[in-house]
Amino acid sequence: MVIRTSVVGSAGIAPAGVSLRGVRRAFGEHVVLQGIDLEISPGEVVALLGASGCGKSTLLRLVGGLDTATAGTVRVDGHDVAGIDPRCAVVFQEPRLLPWRTLAGNVALGLPRDLPRADRDAEGRRWLAEVELDGFARHRPRQVSGGMAQRTALARALARRPGVLLLDEPFAALDALTRLRMQDLVEDVQRRSGTTVLLVTHDVDEALKLADRIVLLAAPPDGGPTGVAAVLDVPGDRPRDHHQPELAELRSDLLARLGVPRRAAPRERENDAP
Amino acid sequence: MTSPAKATRSGPGLRAAVAALALPVLLLAAWQVLASTGAYSSAQLPPPLSVLEALGQLAGDGTLWQHVAISLQRVVIGFAAGSGLGFALGALVGLSAAVRALVAPSVAALRAVPSLAWVPLLVLWLGIGEGPKITLVAIGSFFPVYTTVSAALAHADPHLVEVGRAYGLRGGSLLGRIMLPSVAPAVFSGLRLGLAQGWLFLVAAELIASSMGLGFLLTDSQNTGRTDILLLAILLLAALGKACDVLLGLVERRVLRTHT
Repeated sequence: MVIRTSVVGSAGIAPAGVSLRGVRRAFGEHVVLQGIDLEISPGEVVALLGASGCGKSTLLRLVGGLDTATAGTVRVDGHDVAGIDPRCAVVFQEPRLLPWRTLAGNVALGLPRDLPRADRDAEGRRWLAEVELDGFARHRPRQVSGGMAQRTALARALARRPGVLLLDEPFAALDALTRLRMQDLVEDVQRRSGTTVLLVTHDVDEALKLADRIVLLAAPPDGGPTGVAAVLDVPGDRPRDHHQPELAELRSDLLARLGVPRRAAPRERENDAP
Repeated sequence: MTSPAKATRSGPGLRAAVAALALPVLLLAAWQVLASTGAYSSAQLPPPLSVLEALGQLAGDGTLWQHVAISLQRVVIGFAAGSGLGFALGALVGLSAAVRALVAPSVAALRAVPSLAWVPLLVLWLGIGEGPKITLVAIGSFFPVYTTVSAALAHADPHLVEVGRAYGLRGGSLLGRIMLPSVAPAVFSGLRLGLAQGWLFLVAAELIASSMGLGFLLTDSQNTGRTDILLLAILLLAALGKACDVLLGLVERRVLRTHT
């Protein structure tokens, strides 16, 4: 634990704010996102919630500089994003580890280029310890489970000491138990490092558990491209449990807005389940 | 993962060697039987032993080494040049859509030219020395390497390439750290095909215009009615080709050790 606190605590991660103004992204004739305005304060955890294919990953990619907006401005820490942004680090839905490198070698991809070769391995191990993978530094991606691979991907992102951590449905492909553990881990890492987190998800409970604010992305009722349908503050301090009663109302509200209305609050619903 | 494979390596390895040798031994026996029953005259099919004698004779007067050495030299130089150029052009075509649009159709058309069609032109341009032979081997090695490298790089795992970009790699470092390692298995299969085709084109070159080498040994022995030497040359080509492939295979295994 002492080591963990020292790594993230002394990491020098400076949380960065994100600002989106009038962002539009079109692929040819097809407009995916339009009129996106969003202000994220440094250190905030924001969930981008929406149905699959609504363009939430596209929005995340715009912030990370993996994609360029057709119109509007995307700013991180007050500066326009142009190309891959060094203040951001992405964790994708798949681990996307390089199969020919060890786990430590994969984490090293996130380390600064000017770091001496001798320090890279040690640094890689330190960040692996951060995601509770001590002792797996020399393993190959193929030798570890999906959850461990995804934790390695998280360590790789953290090694970049990002002002903004961009998580693109990073738990979607994991089994239910592993997903819960990963969510706890991300919550823990965020709290200790203070980094800003932008989390793309289609899971209402995940958003309720991890986020300070939920940005609901959806097409307007009269059709057209995706925009910000609602921005909702999540009550209560983190870490929280999505079964907390004060979240029940918000949960049914979000589900209704996503087009799957529930008749009752979650606890009652669970009781009358077949 | 690796320990069980290590523990049982000698078992299957030995069995594989026995299985691989079974057919050649059987063929050798059939050859001996056919030759000794007189079904074919010894001018058509000399017995294995006289081929061995021819080997001893050529090895004894030193000409065998000259033939083998010059053929090997042509293949090595030609393969190095051809595969190097194939790799470079394949990488350009694989990485750049513009270069691909400009170059790929012409290269594909050149590729369709049968190997022997080049010979008269090469002799005319480069004379009858080593130049045309090495060039022909290089042409043979070029195409398999070019094709596999360009195709593999054009289809390098887009997910991994995106990770490389997302973590700040660009241009040469993206190529060296992500793209080339991810296509290394395909590159090696291209190199092995290129080496095999290099031997193929070597014989084509030596059959036509040369005074030394294994291909020359083939035509020369045909003209002088020495079927034993002819068979010996074929066997030597098989052995050398296989030996080169095994060597390259060892390099491949070492480089790709971490890929599995």
